[in-house]
Amino acid sequence: MSRALLETLMDAPYVARFGVRLEVKGTELTGVLPFDNDLVGNPLIPALHGGAVGAFLEIVASGSLLLSQPMEKLPRPIDVAIDYLRPARAQDVYARAIVARSGRRVANVRAEAWQGRTDAPVATLHGHFLITPETSDTPAG
Amino acid sequence: MEDDIQSRLDSIAPLIVEGSPHAVALGFRIDKLAPGLAMMSAPYDESLVGDPDTGTLHGGVITALLDHVCGMAAFGGLGARDTPATLDLRIDYMRPARAGQDIHAEAECLKSHGLVAFVRATAHDGDRADPVAMAQAAFMITKASKAAQERALKAMRGEHPL
Repeated sequence: MSRALLETLMDAPYVARFGVRLEVKGTELTGVLPFDNDLVGNPLIPALHGGAVGAFLEIVASGSLLLSQPMEKLPRPIDVAIDYLRPARAQDVYARAIVARSGRRVANVRAEAWQGRTDAPVATLHGHFLITPETSDTPAG
Repeated sequence: MEDDIQSRLDSIAPLIVEGSPHAVALGFRIDKLAPGLAMMSAPYDESLVGDPDTGTLHGGVITALLDHVCGMAAFGGLGARDTPATLDLRIDYMRPARAGQDIHAEAECLKSHGLVAFVRATAHDGDRADPVAMAQAAFMITKASKAAQERALKAMRGEHPL
């Protein structure tokens, strides 16, 4: 785990501004995006902005990578594909990610966001991240 | 026909930015709108930084800007009547944005038919030839987006409160 880097990830002004929280229980990480009017994209539905939900999924994916193994730097997204399955309502959003494969340079992550029910996801993300795992010859940090 | 779409774009589209709290929170501006084409920008803002060491804007700002600009291009491409919902959005992050630079994004609706529109977009921080990110997205006019649009039009005509 890279606890210091998890803190760096969460301390970023953007992440703090939109109130994203990461709840770690053992090896499992759940992201929480508390509802805020500033996250609304279309007030007529009302639905959260697709970009806000996408960004939240990216943060949860990065957090899960940091939890999965010690790293020297924050993961950097190479590409992401986000599917929007239903409108994200004016409520809190939760997300979890699965590290499908983590190599020496690149990791493949899938993440899913939901609101009321875990079996009714609002969006999913599939992405590749550039990672810098700690090697045995680098000091532990 | 094109003129009709342009006049609807000119009247409705600014509301889609000013009426969107997230777009307002991120400071989005519309630079140009034409049927099937949209240009928007996000000003650099220290409160939206993703990496305090480098001062780079958070990827989320670019994700939201690309989603929004693609949605605007799809809206015009579909005739500027109903606001479409994003079906999927695929983004390639070519390089980190430079600290202190505004992000500019432009989107083109490649094809639209019936309820679906296909869009491609580029985001850069000053030099169009050196993009920060590129996106490809599909949009669709859904039941929820159609119902929302009808409520908005009724409200504009004063028939029904929002």
